[in-house]
Amino acid sequence: MKEFFRTHRDLLGLIGVLCAAFLIMWGCNPTRFVTLNNLRSMAFQLPEIGILTLGMMVAMLHGGINLSIVGLANLTGITIALVLHAILPQGARGEAGSWLMLVAAAAGFFVSLLVGFLQGVLIGYAGVSAILATLGTMTLVNGVCVLITHGSTLSSFPDSILFLGNGSLGPVPVPLLLFLFCAAVLSIILRRTTFGFGLYMLGTNQEATKFAGINNRVILLRVYLLSSVLASIAGLVMMGRFNSVKADYGQSYLLITVLAAVLGGTSASGGYGKVLGAVLAVVMLQIIASGLNLLGVDPFFAIATWGAILLVVMALNHFLRARA
Amino acid sequence: MKKLVSRSEFYLFLLILVLGAGFTAANPKFLSLQNILDLLKSYSFFGILSVGALVVLLSGGIDISFTAVAQVAEYVTVAVILQYGGNLFTAFLLSSSIGIVLGLINGLLIHFLQIPPIITTIATLNLYFGCLYVISTGNIIYRVPKFFEDLSGTMLPGGFPMVAVLWIGVVIGTWVILHQTVLGRSIYALGGNLIAAERVGFKVLYIRLFVYGFMGFLSGFGSVVHTALVQSAIPNSIVGHELDVLAAVVLGGANIFGGAGSLAGTFMGVALLAMLGNGLTLIGISSYWNDVVIGIVLLVGVTFSSLQRMYLAGRRAKVVVEEGAL
Repeated sequence: MKEFFRTHRDLLGLIGVLCAAFLIMWGCNPTRFVTLNNLRSMAFQLPEIGILTLGMMVAMLHGGINLSIVGLANLTGITIALVLHAILPQGARGEAGSWLMLVAAAAGFFVSLLVGFLQGVLIGYAGVSAILATLGTMTLVNGVCVLITHGSTLSSFPDSILFLGNGSLGPVPVPLLLFLFCAAVLSIILRRTTFGFGLYMLGTNQEATKFAGINNRVILLRVYLLSSVLASIAGLVMMGRFNSVKADYGQSYLLITVLAAVLGGTSASGGYGKVLGAVLAVVMLQIIASGLNLLGVDPFFAIATWGAILLVVMALNHFLRARA
Repeated sequence: MKKLVSRSEFYLFLLILVLGAGFTAANPKFLSLQNILDLLKSYSFFGILSVGALVVLLSGGIDISFTAVAQVAEYVTVAVILQYGGNLFTAFLLSSSIGIVLGLINGLLIHFLQIPPIITTIATLNLYFGCLYVISTGNIIYRVPKFFEDLSGTMLPGGFPMVAVLWIGVVIGTWVILHQTVLGRSIYALGGNLIAAERVGFKVLYIRLFVYGFMGFLSGFGSVVHTALVQSAIPNSIVGHELDVLAAVVLGGANIFGGAGSLAGTFMGVALLAMLGNGLTLIGISSYWNDVVIGIVLLVGVTFSSLQRMYLAGRRAKVVVEEGAL
């Protein structure tokens, strides 16, 4: 039992903070917080940042960072929109054939994977640091998004895309299911495959991993491909929820995903981090944002609170570790 | 000469020359004195921030929050001066002080909590910016005191803009600190090897406080220039550009892990970004291409310098092996 507490201290701490946040917000909004409506609206809002956070976390596990995830999400959405608009002459409203949707989605994911491949090659093979390689690709990707849309908003998509962002299966929002699905698959990849094992090793000690006979380069390449896929899925969800795409959607999400990943226990220098932690952190951020919103507080106050909570959690961690 | 060729600044300089020649050939207006002075003026705020970002990178740290610091300093300064009156001097004093305090908070957090600087400053970015937005309720101040306008209109003889003089002053002042003082050398030492710097007896806390305080100071100082340039105080006009400034510094050859980088390189990095934005427009390429071109230049630049470093490291290793054989 004691052993259990020791090994899962960080996660238990996070659950504690999460429960505290939940109870405080419930206490502040006794009648409005725990209602089906509010819980559902929270469940619709958090998957975008949630899936992006998973994409950020994968890159942070090797000690890197992926600054291009929001750009890739937008690029995926814009590519899909352009393909749909090109094939369907009067805009892509209403129902589109499923084969057409598949072609469009494949194009969107392909473009994003291409960028992920470029990043993997730069970081793994050319030795560029992750922050610089993804800073460059972020600028490039955002630039391409602006270039191909001329900065305009593209909107009206087939119902099947809207379903991904706004639909529900029973009472459960589809984006939430997508988020949980991504989290589950990622968790399996990280814990049950040699790639996952190698990734954690790589984040802990690059030299040792290399001499242990693991191909660091292939791992890095896969990391950025995986991160791109997650960004693209987030792009699909955003596209469906807003029913539009634009080059500068979600720019403020980028640094929030780093914050969420770190709050969830992912180490910025690599090697540590659990999917469950990231999921809990995202849920907590959403609880705070929604709770404050119900109180009628300025939404930016939530952003300030997130920053403060991260600092407090890091400080607590530091002092607890110093005492242990 | 050999030393020159191995420096990334040298290639950057060549690139600037080639691009400048190309743009001028396509549109002679590019090299006109007026255009260059205009560029110096409009990039003075960006340039001042880049100097601070360079110093932080040199020390082996990173600061993402400086845009929020500048934002807070700008808005609070303008609001306070509108309320209680003041002049250009008090504006600089107030906004630099706000910057220094916020910067020192970053430094203290990074040092005592041992959180990686990038995480700390992402957190403080959100904290500072969120607080500013809540306090200001997002209100834009359209009318700023007249002396801000005067500052942006002031020219030295020959039409040299005063705000660019401030930028150059910041560069010279920072050069003196970096190259003529023990403090400056200790910043390089800290960025080169933290443990070694500590063992040699440098006080890491003081260096960190100086570095982040200096970044804060320049953010505050620069924000007055920004107010002068844009003639308003908008609570979200600066935040969001933090990575652009870092990109300029990195293009200028600064090592993202600390210990290496130069003011000349940083100046050229800013110059290159300014030239691309301005030059592409002048030769009639739509501004939609801007970020695409900057992204490509950035990627080619970082890849080139990484490959160069790998090549040099490989050659050094070979020399060591050969010497060992003897």
